[in-house]
Amino acid sequence: MKSKMTSLVGATLMVALTLTACGSGSGSGSENAPAAGSGSTSSSTGSADPNATIEVGSLYEPQNLDNTGGGGQGVTEAFNGNVYEGLFKLGDDGKVENLLAKDYKVSPDGLTYTFTLQSGVTFHSGDPLTSADVKYSIEKVLAKDSQSARKSSFTGIKSITTPDDSTVTVKLSTKSISFVYNLSYVWVINNQAKDLTTSEDGTGPYKLGTWKRGSSLSLDPFAGYWGTPPTNKGVVFHYFTAATALNNALLTNAVDIVTSEQSPDALAQFKDNKDYKVNDGHSTTKLLLAFNDRVKPFDNALVRKAVTSAIDNRKLLNSIWGDYGTLIGSMVPPTDPWYEDLTTVNPYDVELAKKQLSEAGYANGFSFTLDTPNYDPHPTAATFIKGELAKVGITVTINVITADEWYTKVFKNHDFAATLQEHVNDRDVVWYGNPDFYWGYDNPEVTKLVNQAEQSDTTDDQAALLKKANQQIAADAASDWLYLYPQIVVASSSLSGYPINGLNSQFYAYTIKKS
Amino acid sequence: MATYLLRRAAFLVISLFLASVLLFLLLRLLPGDPANSLLSIGATPEQIAAARHQIGSDLPLLEQFVSWLGRLVTFDLGTSFVSTLPVGPEIASRLAVTVPLTLLSFLLAVVVAVPIGFIAAYRSNSWYGSLLSGLSQLGIAVPAFWVGMLLITVFSLRLRVLPAGGFPRDDWADPADALTSLALPVVTIALVMSASLIRYVRSATLDVLGSDYLRTFRALGSSFTGAMWRHGLRNAAVPVVSILGIELATTFLGAVVVESVFALPGLGSMLIKGIAQHDYPVIQGILFVSTFAVLVIGFVADLVQRLIDPRLRGTVSGNAR
Repeated sequence: MKSKMTSLVGATLMVALTLTACGSGSGSGSENAPAAGSGSTSSSTGSADPNATIEVGSLYEPQNLDNTGGGGQGVTEAFNGNVYEGLFKLGDDGKVENLLAKDYKVSPDGLTYTFTLQSGVTFHSGDPLTSADVKYSIEKVLAKDSQSARKSSFTGIKSITTPDDSTVTVKLSTKSISFVYNLSYVWVINNQAKDLTTSEDGTGPYKLGTWKRGSSLSLDPFAGYWGTPPTNKGVVFHYFTAATALNNALLTNAVDIVTSEQSPDALAQFKDNKDYKVNDGHSTTKLLLAFNDRVKPFDNALVRKAVTSAIDNRKLLNSIWGDYGTLIGSMVPPTDPWYEDLTTVNPYDVELAKKQLSEAGYANGFSFTLDTPNYDPHPTAATFIKGELAKVGITVTINVITADEWYTKVFKNHDFAATLQEHVNDRDVVWYGNPDFYWGYDNPEVTKLVNQAEQSDTTDDQAALLKKANQQIAADAASDWLYLYPQIVVASSSLSGYPINGLNSQFYAYTIKKS
Repeated sequence: MATYLLRRAAFLVISLFLASVLLFLLLRLLPGDPANSLLSIGATPEQIAAARHQIGSDLPLLEQFVSWLGRLVTFDLGTSFVSTLPVGPEIASRLAVTVPLTLLSFLLAVVVAVPIGFIAAYRSNSWYGSLLSGLSQLGIAVPAFWVGMLLITVFSLRLRVLPAGGFPRDDWADPADALTSLALPVVTIALVMSASLIRYVRSATLDVLGSDYLRTFRALGSSFTGAMWRHGLRNAAVPVVSILGIELATTFLGAVVVESVFALPGLGSMLIKGIAQHDYPVIQGILFVSTFAVLVIGFVADLVQRLIDPRLRGTVSGNAR
């Protein structure tokens, strides 16, 4: 009984932390021009039933319905692109496309952005979309009481003006190539909307049906939608707190699809069953062994490299996720435009690790404390790391802490030697350019590359610069990037057209078909 | 009886007040700042300060307590730190699941346990008397969540006759639908609960069976059934009712685990989430409502005992003998 309770609480905590402690990233980079491409969705099968309602199972219930008021990961999953739309959209393949912005121009100095809005767009309440709504929506993210994880991405905004109803002009104080990408996180909300915590007023293909807290949330097609209408008659998100209950719901056809499978053990029952499809997509969640690069012995890159080489990441990944998940060797996941495979920079090589340790003056090893969040997979990973490092003479003391303690001790006070943490966002390699970040990696070269990248004229330049930064942090073993989580969507075989990468917890439902 | 009711009611109010003080202080002893759980990794110190101010966790403890208590008097349980939505209405909507779940389980457990307990006592020397007694012992040792998972495997995954979990989106609009959803959770709780109840019923019945008054009554020519009906049941019921009160309260609080197993949107799942998020108003609200429910159940159990046993009516504590 007791262990069951602990694991339940742990599951809830895990959700809390991934959406709070790591739910940010001053995203860097974007597409300069709108990109084509419809995103990587599952392929179509059979003839679709246009009157079908899609039953979605999820572990992430919204806290409330306001994404600048603490709605969290759940409201992004249910509402982003479905109920609310931004000026731009981040596709499931990581590309940025125009959405409510029909077109936009950038001044030659890169400081003034002029957006032209789509015409004929109405909110669910019936009000037409105007530039004033866009201004209001951006300002809502920037507001004093805003809890938006994206707030820090927009500090460069100097002014927002609305020359006419369909034009918005934004002036920046410094060049920012990620500006358009960052705008894909800003929901355009009716500036007349009253209550955004339990109701909505967006422009998306669905409007909110009912939200029964603790249980489910339904979306109904919006008849006045300006774009292509949904391919189904609505969506119901069913919320679960335990992964087992969620899997049972899928097995008994109570739900058609699970947005993100978090229990690796459960996959076997779906994998060899023709009634289900297990989709192995790319996530952006990385499990990090983050060193405190400020303090001995981890201020020495050679020690960090030795530790990295001493741990068999493949074996760790297999023991947790079986055949799923990827090794990436650095911070950048494959869906970021500046990804490259860097797994050979610090290969698993115990002899090399021993050599590097003696070069660094630790031939007899050393000991350190590993601050380990108390929820899965951190304790498992910590035990594994302890065993691996013992083979090269390093003694690990595992210190299990709660998410809240982690936030205060590690993140705020930098009072740690090494820690484990999952980092969920895309394009978050830029944190290595910030010497004040919790891990304290301070390489002026990388800081310069990250800043230059943000000031780039083209996305190609930006990608080239961030690639270099990524190579450098790998060469310095700034952290040990243990592995990239799999993003596993399990669905009934009768379903098609669903997103499989689920970047940043998005779940576009309007192309899902059921046959 | 009127004095008794008054004194008992006063006792209820005082207990509630003391419980609320205790609840408030114990929660504040927990390490950690609820503002931390609201914000993201990129949060600025200003954002954290603003969040603290917004939820009022920057106010002195006494001030927080007085304002909470003040609202409590008007049945306002406050606003969740995390969702910024009022706690009271959400608790009310969750009670629509938890209360029927508790009562139905309780009824089923009583219906099952009383006859079995009686037979186990009446035929305590026979093989099936011992078997029933042994089975109930086993039942006590089995955790509820395990029974739940077992029932799901058999009735939902294999036989596909009952849902594995969840609750209708429109609550009790279709009672048959709601009852179907509650079937397995109710059986789960009732099975575990009846196991211990059987033990109590059995021992209470054994006491009565061996009593002098029953033998005397039968010696006067009454049949066994008549003797049991006139005197046995009443006497056996007194200790059983007090246990029933405790069992009912335990079920109400213990539904947490079963609700999780069956993905029911009841108080339990709300409590677990509240604890994980340091959402004090939610935790306080739920524990306050639970405390209230437990005290009321105790009150009712006391009353029922007095109705059954006239000897208790003159006393306040219920310990007449």
